[in-house]
Amino acid sequence: MYTSIDPSTTKKDTMLLTAFTLVVLTMPLWLAPLGAGYPDLLQKFAIFGIFAVGYNILFGLTGYLSFGHAAFLGVGSYTAVWTFKLLSMNAIPAVILAMIFAGIFAAVIGFFSLRRTGIYFSILTLAFAQMSYNMAYSVLTPITNGETGLRVLQEDPRVLDKLFGVEAQGSPVSSIFGIQMSGYSGFYFCAVMLIIGFYISLKIFRSPFGMKLQAIKSNQTRMEYTGYNPKPYLLTAFVISGMYAGLAGSLMAVTDPLAGAERMQWTASGEVILMTILGGVGTLFGPLLGAGIIKYFENIFSAFNEASLHEVFAFLPDWLENIVVTLTHPFVGEGWHLTLGVLFMLVIIFLPGGIMEGGRRIQAKFSKKAATAKE
Amino acid sequence: MSDDVKKYNTLSRRGFLKAGAAASVVAATAPSFFIKDAWAAEHNFRNVPKGSSVKFGFNVPQTGAYADEGADELRAFKLAVKHINGEGDSGLMNTMKPLSLKGNGVLGKKVEYVTGDTQTKSDAARASAKRMIEKDGVIMWSGGSSSGVAIAQQSLAQEMGVIFMSGLTHSNDTTGKDKRRYGFRHFFNAHMSGAALGPVLEKEMGKDRRAYHLTADYTWGWTQEESIKNTTEAMGWETVKAVRTPLGAGDFSQYITPVLNSGADVLVLNHYGKDMINSLTQAVQFGLRDKQVNGKDFQIIVPLYSRLMAQGAGENIKGILGTTNWNWSLTDAGSQAFVKSFGKEYGFPPSQAAHTCYVQTLLYANACEMAGTFAPCEVISALEGFKFDGMGNGPTEYRAEDHQCFKEILVMRGNEKPSSQFDLLEVVQQVPRSQVEYDAKIFGGELGSCKV
Amino acid sequence: MDTILLQLLNGLDKGGAYALIALGLTLVFGTLGVVNFAHGALFMLGAFIAVSVQKLLTISAKVRDESITFFEAYKETPYLELWWGDTGTMIIDMAVPISIIVAIPIMLLIGLIMERGLIRHFYKRDHADQILVTFGLAIVLQEIVKALYGANPIPTPAPDIVSGSAQIGTFLGLSENLVYPWWRLIYLGFSLSIIAAVFAFLHMTTFGMVVRAGMHNREMVGLLGINIEKRFTIIFGLAAVVAGLAGVMYTPILPPDYHIGMDFLVLSFVVVVVGGMGSLGGAVAAGFLLGILQSFASMNEIKSLIPGIDQIIIYLVAVVILLVRPRGLMGKD
Repeated sequence: MYTSIDPSTTKKDTMLLTAFTLVVLTMPLWLAPLGAGYPDLLQKFAIFGIFAVGYNILFGLTGYLSFGHAAFLGVGSYTAVWTFKLLSMNAIPAVILAMIFAGIFAAVIGFFSLRRTGIYFSILTLAFAQMSYNMAYSVLTPITNGETGLRVLQEDPRVLDKLFGVEAQGSPVSSIFGIQMSGYSGFYFCAVMLIIGFYISLKIFRSPFGMKLQAIKSNQTRMEYTGYNPKPYLLTAFVISGMYAGLAGSLMAVTDPLAGAERMQWTASGEVILMTILGGVGTLFGPLLGAGIIKYFENIFSAFNEASLHEVFAFLPDWLENIVVTLTHPFVGEGWHLTLGVLFMLVIIFLPGGIMEGGRRIQAKFSKKAATAKE
Repeated sequence: MSDDVKKYNTLSRRGFLKAGAAASVVAATAPSFFIKDAWAAEHNFRNVPKGSSVKFGFNVPQTGAYADEGADELRAFKLAVKHINGEGDSGLMNTMKPLSLKGNGVLGKKVEYVTGDTQTKSDAARASAKRMIEKDGVIMWSGGSSSGVAIAQQSLAQEMGVIFMSGLTHSNDTTGKDKRRYGFRHFFNAHMSGAALGPVLEKEMGKDRRAYHLTADYTWGWTQEESIKNTTEAMGWETVKAVRTPLGAGDFSQYITPVLNSGADVLVLNHYGKDMINSLTQAVQFGLRDKQVNGKDFQIIVPLYSRLMAQGAGENIKGILGTTNWNWSLTDAGSQAFVKSFGKEYGFPPSQAAHTCYVQTLLYANACEMAGTFAPCEVISALEGFKFDGMGNGPTEYRAEDHQCFKEILVMRGNEKPSSQFDLLEVVQQVPRSQVEYDAKIFGGELGSCKV
Repeated sequence: MDTILLQLLNGLDKGGAYALIALGLTLVFGTLGVVNFAHGALFMLGAFIAVSVQKLLTISAKVRDESITFFEAYKETPYLELWWGDTGTMIIDMAVPISIIVAIPIMLLIGLIMERGLIRHFYKRDHADQILVTFGLAIVLQEIVKALYGANPIPTPAPDIVSGSAQIGTFLGLSENLVYPWWRLIYLGFSLSIIAAVFAFLHMTTFGMVVRAGMHNREMVGLLGINIEKRFTIIFGLAAVVAGLAGVMYTPILPPDYHIGMDFLVLSFVVVVVGGMGSLGGAVAAGFLLGILQSFASMNEIKSLIPGIDQIIIYLVAVVILLVRPRGLMGKD
């Protein structure tokens, strides 16, 4: 029952991964017509994709709804920036240390929170994360630089860089052996991380470990009867997804060397939950889609104003253009929250199981048609 | 789509092809033409305006607690663009001296703009600003309603080599320890609030007072508390206690009740926006204003005022002292010109946030005309030390050492008998520039280089 | 001494507010099994009923201020004052109490529409789906209110006669510094009576008995031939009314803005869960407990001992309680 490594799945997965790699690396191309093909948003897509993929390992597989993952993201960011400040502007130690610290943090919080299930677990994680946020914003300012956010400064020690005689000129920018991690190269670094992250998540989904996690979701008691203690599995899943969050957090700092406390607020945890549900809980691609959609709305829809709407609808006859602009105006610019709210409701009312469910339905329809055509 | 964006896209396409061919991690990240220096060598600076137009970015809070303030800033920006392009009644361009703008755009190029939502969060503001820089190709951006966000954007400006003209930000740090070569602030700061309020407080409340501070627990709150404390203690007041309150506490009762027993006779509320509206409303409910302590009438002070705060607090602000950067009821020619064209356009007077954003846009455009180029280094040196007049705050100087504007600021009082719905605050005193000026060295910080 | 008494009052007052919001939330979860993220939005709608009533009552005759020529500035005098003089002023002054009466039918209607139109289709769905759809609804409601009233808080003062503070200290012969705002005392009394009324309703009426039986075992009650669905609809309406009234009554303490519901959402969930999901008594007890602890943690003496404790106390207590008592204060398995 727990062995799913049959050759056809492996082959399918290889194809899946190849396709995924292609799609991710070509993002600058096919997102450009949508107005999203610029480095910062591409980086955000990849980073929040990692965050959501990691979150899905916990929530999608085990059904444990954590409200505290933003805390791990924040820890990842702070660790990365401190690494930049103390050790080196090289991105690699920052990413590694961020994942380690986020993992440790997740292990501590997970150890306590996982003693409870259901909504009690959710509230425990929420409480831990909110405590971290409130402390980071105020009392821990010496470590976090509070509201202003922790930044890399020219006069920071950077011991390793000094040792190797690397001198930062102007504002320090993170790099990997001379390649600066801003702009498109930053995106490609994040994209590679996303592909690796996705690959690992795919492996976890298919592994015996993943099966056990799913068993926890469907019936924890039964699993206990079969002689498995679910706690170590749960904690491992929690720590892994915490490390994904830490990785995402460190990448945010790599592409933009700043870490702010608001990354840890409950709304940030809420965001990743919404991404996962919107796309489709427990599906491989759903969380990625959800992350992409929410970030797209946040960055592109919020930037429309009346003038740019007129540009978009300029192909229409004047009177129609004016009507369309008047009708769409409340949903863009300052109204982008409204659009997001409406979208959440529509998707979940008509597509239980998120956007991936929609994809499956379309697929089912087509294969049915194909079947009837054959007859 | 501007030419720069196209250029970016071709770059990415090439990058992708190469990555695809090599099909390896290293190749995907390695192409040397991605390096900023190589890019910079090709041009002089980022987002060189091409064609007949130049793009500005206006990054304001459109969602969240400061959305109304953001909306007012956006109105001012649109008006400024109109005036720079030679449309409308030219507003402050009629009164600004010296003026290099000709009413035909900037350096002959028509000004266009893009907008974005900061959400009053550093991350969101930076993401939005990066969109403007990377995708829309703005040459300068402006706006904002909070110091943390302004500082975060200002350091982005330095990294990107694009000038940021901050909107409403009042923390000493913006032009103090976190100042940047690419960031400029027209708005006043906490230190100036303290220096302006001091003499008025002394005159109205005397030298023998005991003050209790409630301070929003983040950097802006701390700098304001420190500034007010320094001023009041210098004139003989005693600070009984300074208590930090969590941002967005909502109910402040547990912080207000200790004031009753503290023996203090003045309460200083170092809060902004919603926090200030709530804490003031609740402090008045607890009867603090009807209280007599040490034989004196209990007083409340709100060092930083804004019109939205006055509206939100309603009746409770009547008679309460504070400071603002500017107010529409000023009668100098500059203020009148601005209120007139803003009022004609939108049907109501501008807020101080609108004023500072409008002025910032004009100042930037004017500096480009003066420099004769959009190259940031030249524009920055045109702005540094620039002396001007006729913008509503009297003779003003953009100090070169810290990019802070020095000018008259206002001590205000909540109007007891407003004559209209806009007449919530009355001017107590126009504090001259000399009184609020300070040595740039006291806050430390480094501007950094204009070479990125 | 009076410091402690005052903080106790603060705590009770806060606790009353928390308990009142949590009550409706836990009622909906206990009976319908729905995690309602739009509960905060109901609180916000209640607050904006008060704002709307005040706006209606103060529709004004406008007299142009001629000294201002650049735009139109008006001196506004409400028609009610013009027509009825002092009586008009008095009616305007009573905006918040009047809103309470207005809010009951409106909130009931909103609750019924919400349950019939949306919530009932989500009884059998995952909690995750419920969270997403109600969160989406909350955002939509919020944005509509923002479009109508702006983002800035709107002052909604309490009636003049209760706007000051009660001289409790002088009355009891204690320190004269022992004063407490009348409106907060009223709020405390109000929340206690609403809580009592809800309990009485559930425990002393047949309707309540059936609902409680339904909370316990829905299928059984259904098998007995009782239309439990209809009753659940009414329960949702009731929860909406309680949330709305809590919102109306809170406006003089906290000038409402469109985001006020979201600000309370997380806190009310913490209260509900600490009390024990679905336990009404637990929610009330947790509300008061957390309110009081938060007040005391904010005392200067305690803050100087443990800096920042006032910012995390609620979450800290929640963690401790949930680790010691797996199902919250009064929850059952």
